[in-house]
Amino acid sequence: MIEYSPAAAEIFLATAICVVLLVDVFLRDEQRMITYWLSLVALLGTAACTGLFFADQTVITFYGSFVADSAAGVLKLVAYLAVALVFVYSRDYLAARNLFKGEFFILGLFGLLGIMVMISAHSLLTMYLGLELLSLALYALVAFNRESATAAESAMKYFVLGAIASGTLLYGISLLYGVTGTLEITELAERLSEPDGMDITALVGLAFIVVGVAFKFGAVPFHMWVPDVYQGAPTPVTLFIGSAPKIAAFALAWRVLVEGLGDAHSSWQGMLIVLSILSLAIGNVVAIAQTNLKRMLAYSTISHVGFILMGFIAGTDDALSAALFYTVSYVIMAAAAFGMILLLSREGFEAEQLEDFKGLNARSPWFAFVMLMIMFSMAGVPPFIGFYAKLLVLGGLIEAGLLWLAILGVILAVVGAFYYLRVVWYMYFADPVDEAPIVAPGSMRVVISVNGLGLLALGVFPGFLLDLCVRVL
Amino acid sequence: MVTVAHYLVLAAVLFSVSVAGIFINRRNVIVLLMCIELMLLAVNFNFIAFSRLLGDTLGQVFVFFILTVAAAEAAIGLAILVVLFRNTRSINVDDMDTLKG
Repeated sequence: MIEYSPAAAEIFLATAICVVLLVDVFLRDEQRMITYWLSLVALLGTAACTGLFFADQTVITFYGSFVADSAAGVLKLVAYLAVALVFVYSRDYLAARNLFKGEFFILGLFGLLGIMVMISAHSLLTMYLGLELLSLALYALVAFNRESATAAESAMKYFVLGAIASGTLLYGISLLYGVTGTLEITELAERLSEPDGMDITALVGLAFIVVGVAFKFGAVPFHMWVPDVYQGAPTPVTLFIGSAPKIAAFALAWRVLVEGLGDAHSSWQGMLIVLSILSLAIGNVVAIAQTNLKRMLAYSTISHVGFILMGFIAGTDDALSAALFYTVSYVIMAAAAFGMILLLSREGFEAEQLEDFKGLNARSPWFAFVMLMIMFSMAGVPPFIGFYAKLLVLGGLIEAGLLWLAILGVILAVVGAFYYLRVVWYMYFADPVDEAPIVAPGSMRVVISVNGLGLLALGVFPGFLLDLCVRVL
Repeated sequence: MVTVAHYLVLAAVLFSVSVAGIFINRRNVIVLLMCIELMLLAVNFNFIAFSRLLGDTLGQVFVFFILTVAAAEAAIGLAILVVLFRNTRSINVDDMDTLKG
């Protein structure tokens, strides 16, 4: 007998997407707002399902391929929040560019479904299917503006590199299957923990899986797609890619590396250390040379990924909670940062160059302050949440006896602070290049203000979120 | 006598050929798509060989899923290719260089 209730949220969302898709087909262009509201209602309903069927204990169902636990519940709720923010921020940007189509919302929801499946995956097959559902939706989203040559180019690059990543991951999975004869994550962990369970074939498989995970995270040297996709994709899509899929990447690494291959921690620790150091160094240093804000934020993502990986490197429960805390806070920060680009953009104008933020304080002191909070938080300046996230991860590293790596992380974070503070300097001390008033609607102004203030509030009172992260993992 | 090792070596060779094809090919995006298919098929070889070795059907089930996903992936890849060609009138890999830095 299969228990369906642990997957209630996924089932509800899949049904809701079909409904939205059907309704959207019958709408005229000027009625497109209905799709928008329906998508938000679908998100709300999915969140309600997750809340109603919240699993305090681990429940495994669908013949061992699906798991519901409290960590999955929390990760999913954060993903809903991120996707809802994406929809709210994107609405007017899309409408102003004749891109306000149902596809954006439907593909976004399909991507979210993929993320949810990945979060709840208890078998490598489920993980792969969730990953592909997410990736295929994202490839299509990047190419969503059919008039744009740069978008098509970045979509092609994303597609090819993403497919290589999936292929690599699959090759690793096939080798692990050959060694252990199972795809289920807990069984995998059991087989590998037996004496000489971890033979050379399993190690090769592990290396391939780490490459796949690094690709999806966008860690150096598998980061080539990140800057091109962030810059080339329409900004709402960049916002989507920059936020919610990071939760999926965390889930992938956590379920496969920690829960499945936890016994091989000493084997993958070294690989992750290399990835983490390279990500921090290349991300922070190359970001300084960028003039395009989206590209700069792409390199900033790469450096943040280096920090998230540090939590996995330390490998203790506290450090993993810290990595989860970092992922959640990064998602909130990224949503706000790309939201600011959308806020300042208007019909026929993209506020994606650093120049466009010059003198923002003279144009709108409040939004200059919101941007200041976002940049300070990303740089890791107290009392914002980004500072606390970095502190926790570094604390975990020191606890695990990797003091040298923690020191390296701090040095590179200080290098990185330069380009965040440059944005702040531009906003407050440079003369405005662009004098036009901000045209964003009231709802977006309110949401982005709350988002920005949230970075401050969570930084001053991190207890709630931290407690949650510690409790669920 | 053909053993499982032969199949694994074949799969590894196919996988290497596809990766080499992706990185060496500078001319045509369609060849990239073919290389991606080849990569997935190499993985399928592995799964089937192991499935036979272990006497377990799970590997074959996985192959069916991979084939389905590969079809969807090819559809999306070709669709993106069409969009790319409409905008740039070229499917040359070397021409995809407007984004860099």
